[in-house]
Amino acid sequence: MTDLDNLLHQATVEIEAADSLKTLDDYRVLYLGKKGRLTEYLKSLGQLPIEERPILGQKINLAKQQLEVLIERRGVILRQNQVAQQLAAESLDVTLPGRRQSLGSIHPVTKTQDRIEAFFTQMGFSVMEGPEIESDFYNFAALNIPLLHPARAMQDTFYFTDGMLLRTHMSTVQIRAMENMTPPIRLIAMGRVYRRDFDITHTPMFHQVEGLMVDENVTLSDLKGILTQFLQSFFEKPISLRFRASYFPFTEPSAEVDIGCLNCDSHGCRICKNTGWLEVLGCGMVHPNVLQNVGIDSERYTGWAFGAGLDRLTMLRYHIADLRSLFENDLRFLRQF
Amino acid sequence: MKLSELWLREWIDPAISTDELSQKLTLSGLEVEALIPVAEKFSNVVIAQIVELKKHPDADRLHVCEVDVGQAGLLTIVCGGTNLKLGMKVPAALVGAVLPHNIKINRSKLRGIVSNGMLCSGSELTLTEDSKGMILEFAADAPIGKNVWDYLNLSDRIMDISITPNRGDCLSVLGIAREVAAVTACKMRIPPVLVLEPTVPDKLFVKVQAPEECPLYAGRVIFEVKADIPTPIWLQERLRRSGIRCISFIVDVMNYVMLELGQPMHAFDLQRITGDIQVRRAHLTEELQLLDSQTVKLNEDTLIIADSVKPLAIAGIMGGMESGVTFQTRHIFLESAFFQPSSIARTRQKYNLNSESSYRFERGVHPDLQVQALERATELILQVAGGQAGPIVEVRQQQYLPPQTTIQLRAARIHKIAGFTLEDAMIESFLGRLSFVCEKNISGWQVIVPVYRSDLVLEIDLIEEIIRLYGYEKLPLHHPIAPLRINAAAESKLNLSLLRNSLCHLGYHEAITYSFIDQKYQQIFDPLHKPNVLINPITTDMAVMRTNLWPGLVQTLLYNQNRQQTCVRLFEIGLRFIPVPKKVGSFSQQKVLSGLLSGTALPEQWGVTCRAVDFFDLKGDIENIIGSRGVFHFKSAAHPALHPGQTAEIQRAGRYVGILGALHPGIVQEIGLSSTQVLLFELLLDELDCAPIPKVLEISKFPAIRRDIAMYVDQTVPSQLIQDTIVEVGGELLKAINVFDVYQGRGVPVDHKSIALSLTLQHSSRTLLDEEVADVMSCVISVLKQKFAVELRG
Repeated sequence: MTDLDNLLHQATVEIEAADSLKTLDDYRVLYLGKKGRLTEYLKSLGQLPIEERPILGQKINLAKQQLEVLIERRGVILRQNQVAQQLAAESLDVTLPGRRQSLGSIHPVTKTQDRIEAFFTQMGFSVMEGPEIESDFYNFAALNIPLLHPARAMQDTFYFTDGMLLRTHMSTVQIRAMENMTPPIRLIAMGRVYRRDFDITHTPMFHQVEGLMVDENVTLSDLKGILTQFLQSFFEKPISLRFRASYFPFTEPSAEVDIGCLNCDSHGCRICKNTGWLEVLGCGMVHPNVLQNVGIDSERYTGWAFGAGLDRLTMLRYHIADLRSLFENDLRFLRQF
Repeated sequence: MKLSELWLREWIDPAISTDELSQKLTLSGLEVEALIPVAEKFSNVVIAQIVELKKHPDADRLHVCEVDVGQAGLLTIVCGGTNLKLGMKVPAALVGAVLPHNIKINRSKLRGIVSNGMLCSGSELTLTEDSKGMILEFAADAPIGKNVWDYLNLSDRIMDISITPNRGDCLSVLGIAREVAAVTACKMRIPPVLVLEPTVPDKLFVKVQAPEECPLYAGRVIFEVKADIPTPIWLQERLRRSGIRCISFIVDVMNYVMLELGQPMHAFDLQRITGDIQVRRAHLTEELQLLDSQTVKLNEDTLIIADSVKPLAIAGIMGGMESGVTFQTRHIFLESAFFQPSSIARTRQKYNLNSESSYRFERGVHPDLQVQALERATELILQVAGGQAGPIVEVRQQQYLPPQTTIQLRAARIHKIAGFTLEDAMIESFLGRLSFVCEKNISGWQVIVPVYRSDLVLEIDLIEEIIRLYGYEKLPLHHPIAPLRINAAAESKLNLSLLRNSLCHLGYHEAITYSFIDQKYQQIFDPLHKPNVLINPITTDMAVMRTNLWPGLVQTLLYNQNRQQTCVRLFEIGLRFIPVPKKVGSFSQQKVLSGLLSGTALPEQWGVTCRAVDFFDLKGDIENIIGSRGVFHFKSAAHPALHPGQTAEIQRAGRYVGILGALHPGIVQEIGLSSTQVLLFELLLDELDCAPIPKVLEISKFPAIRRDIAMYVDQTVPSQLIQDTIVEVGGELLKAINVFDVYQGRGVPVDHKSIALSLTLQHSSRTLLDEEVADVMSCVISVLKQKFAVELRG
C-alpha cells in the first residue's frame, strides 16, 4: 500500500465519521485545501521522474475526486441531520391558542341593516337618512295624519317642549326625500324610531327600514313581487307570505305582510300565537295626498312604500327570544355575532 | 272589538266555519286577533228551581235547599250562596257533574246533611270574574231541567277583531255583519225596525246651540221604568262576550244597542234634569262630576249636554254622576246623537277621557241611525222594565252631517294601481256586495257611497275596496322594471361598514344604547351642554336626549362588569343632540362614533404579559381606524368628564374631529366602576368624510439610511413638537421619523425624559452620500439643542 493509498484510506474513514458540517469542512481543508495534504502531494509530483508523473498525477486526481464526492455525500447527510434535529427541537403544540387581540363584533341589528342595504342598493335604490328629532309635519301631517286623526293614537309619541317630537317611523325620510327629488325615486331609509311603549315585546326605541319607489308604472303587484323576493332573500328560504288588507293613513291600498312562522313551519306555536303566521311588515301604495303634499303629480306617478321593524327581523333571523337583549349589550350576547 | 259569534250569525250566517270566516275577515282587513271560547267546558249542570229553603241547623252561612231539577222528586242541596230566595231559578251541578278546572261534583255531607249536588255561582261556571258569593240567577221563564250549557249558548266563541281607525263603521254587530256580507257575498238578515207609538205626550225641549258639533240630537222620555230590574241573562251574556261590564239594566241596554248598531247612547235620570236639554259649549266657571267620580273643570272648548241650569254630561264622552241612572231612578231621558268626530277627539284628548262612546264618535258613527237606535233601546226597556215612552224629539241640521259621497271610479286607474286588469263584471259585483250604488259611464262608474262609510272620499279609497275584496293573495307577483343606473357613492365618502369592521378587528363590540338617558348621567358626562328634555318620558332614566354617547357606553360597561365581564371594548354609532350655540331650543343632530376601552390590553393568554389598557392603546386604535382618512393631529385638551392630564383633541386640517381620553377618576368613583382605567373617545363622522384619494409617489430605488438620536429633554416638551421640528429641519431627504423609546426614571435627570427617535433618510434619484446624512443630522441636533435644550445621550 502506497502512502497515497494510506492517505486516502485515512481521509475516507475520517470524512465518514465527521459528525458536523464544521468538522467536515475542516477535513475538506485538511485534505483538499490550498495547503491540504493531497494538494501537497500534487505539488510534490515535480520531484518525481518525468515518466512517473502522469501515472501518479492521475492517481492523485482520482483520489481528490473520490474525496470530493465523499465530502459532498457526507455533507448532504449532515445537513439532513441538522434540519431533522432543528425540526425535532422546534416542534410546537399547535393546539395552543393563537396569540391575538380578541375579535369584536357587529351588532345584529346592524348586520340586518347591512344585508337589507345590500339587497336594495343592488337594485339601484339609494340609502337615505334623516333627523331623529322631527317636526309634526314630517312625522304626521305630510303623511296624511292630521292633528285630530284617530291614527295618531296608533303611535304613542315622545314630545319636546317646542312641539318637536321623536320620529315614530322612518316614513319621515320618505317625505324629506320626495320633497327634494323628482321621480323616478327608489330609496330605502333605516334608523332608530321611538314610541312610548315599554314591555316584553316593545322597547321605547327600535329600528325600522322604509322602502319607497315612485315612478310612472309602479303597481301593487310590483310591491308584492319585491317584498316576496326581499323576505325570501332575507331568510334565505322559500318562506310563504300572506298579504292582508290593512290601514295606514299614508298608503292606500295598504297591506300587512305575514310570513309563515319560522319556528314551527306554520303549524302553530307559542311564537306565532298558534296562528302559523308572523307579522313582519306594513306596506301599500303611496296615498295620493302624500304625493301631492310633496308636489308630485299623483295622476302621472304612483308609488309603493313599505316599513318593517329591523329588530323583529333580526330576532327572527338569529333566534333571539327577548327584544330587550338587543339593547342590553351584554358581551356574552354580542360575542355571538 | 269583541263580539259573540252566535250574535253575529243571527245577523248573517254564511255557510262557512268559524275559522274560515275569521280567515276571510282577516285577509280583507278586519283582523281576527283571537277566537276565545266563551266559557270553560262543564257538564251536567241544569236549571233548577228552589222550592224549599231552610237555614242549616249547624252552620250559620249555609242553607238547605230543596230544588226541582225537572226529575221525579226534589233534590236536597246544601248551599252557601248569599242571595238565595224561594222560587229562584239557579244552575245546579248534579252529582257526576264536571265543572271548569276539572272539579267533579260528588254526593257529600255538609255539616251532617247530605248534599246531592251544588248550586253554582257565575264564577264557578267561568261566566263572571267574581260572583261575591252570589248564586247565578236565571229569569223566571227559564225552563227547569234544561242543560245550562245549552240554555246559555255556551258553544259560542268570542271573536276579537282589530278594527283599524278608518273603519269606525265596523264597531258594531251591524257593521261587522255588513263586512261579512261584502267578503262572503252572503245576504244579511236585518231585523225589522220597530216603530213605537208613544203612550205619553211628554217630551223634553232640546236646544242645540252648537249645530256644527252636534248636527243631530234625538231623545225621548220614558216614565215609570223599573230601573232596578235585573238584566236578563242573555243580555248580560252578550255584553260579557263583548267585554262590557254589566252596570244596571238601563245602562246595559244603552251598551247593548251601542254594540248592536254602533250608536253610543246615554240615559239620564229625568228627575235630575231641570228645564230643557241644551247642547252647548261649557262656560269657564262650570265643573262636572263624571260617572267615573272625578270632577273636571270645564272650559269653553268643551261641548256639553246641559239642562237649563247645569252641565249634565261631556257630550259623547262621559255622563255626569248626578244625572246618571241609578236603581232608584223612576223616569229616564234617553239620548242618541251624532257628534262631530273632530270635536270629540279634541275633548277626549284634552280631558284624557277614553270611553266606548268617545271611541266610536271619534271614528264616526252612522249619521242616520240615531232614531233607530232610540227605538231599539226603547223596545228593550219596555219589554223588560216596563214604562211609558214619550215621542221622539229630533233636532237635525242636515248641512253639518256628513254628506252623501259620489266618486268617479276609472277602470284604467284600477289597472294602474293594481298592475293587472279586473273584469268590469267583477268590479260591479264587489261594489254591489259593499252596497255601493254604481252607474256605468265612459271611463268607469259613478259610485254613490253609503253615508256610514265616511272613510271613502277619493277614487283610491274605492280601488282599495275592490282590491281587498278581490283578495291580496290573488295579486300576481311582478318584478318592478326600472332603467339601470349606476348609483355610486364617492370613494372619498366615509364607509361606515368598513369603519365598523376595522373596529371589530381591533376587538370592539358594537353596542346600541338608548338615545334618551337619565338627566343625572347627562350632567356627569357633559355638564357644559343643556340637553333637550322630553315632555313625556317613559321613565326618569330615559328623560333627556344624550349630548354624547358616553353615558350609555359607561352604563353598558357597568352592566357587563356586574356580569363578570371585565375586558370591555365597545363602540356605538349614533346621533348626539347638541344645543346650537346662540339659538335657544335648537338642537343639532350629529352622527358620532364613540367608544370605550377598559380592562386588559390583550385578553389573558399564554405567552403575553397581562397589563391594563392605557391612553396609548386607545390612541393607537384610533390612529388605525382613521389613518386612511387624512392627516390628523392630537393636541392636549380638556373635557369635564375626562382626566385633565390624559385628554387629547383630534384635528384634521385645523378642524375639530373628536376627542379621546381617560374617564375622570372622580366619575369612576361616583358611578362605582370596578376598573381604574376607562378610556373613551368620540369622533364626529361628518368630519371624517372626504378622505384624500391616494396619489402614488414613486418609490425610490436607492438605499435608505437610518440614523438614531437619543436625548434627554424636559419632560413637559411634547414629543410631537420635537418630531415636527425634526421634520422641518430634515427637509425633503427625511422620509420617516419614529419614536422608538421613551423612558423616565433611574439614570434620567430629574424632570426630564429620555426619548429616542430614528430618522430615515433617502434621495429619490441617487444614493445618499455620508456627508449629506451627517449634515442633516448635525443640523437637526443643533436645532434641537437650541430649541429644547436637549442633551444627547451616549
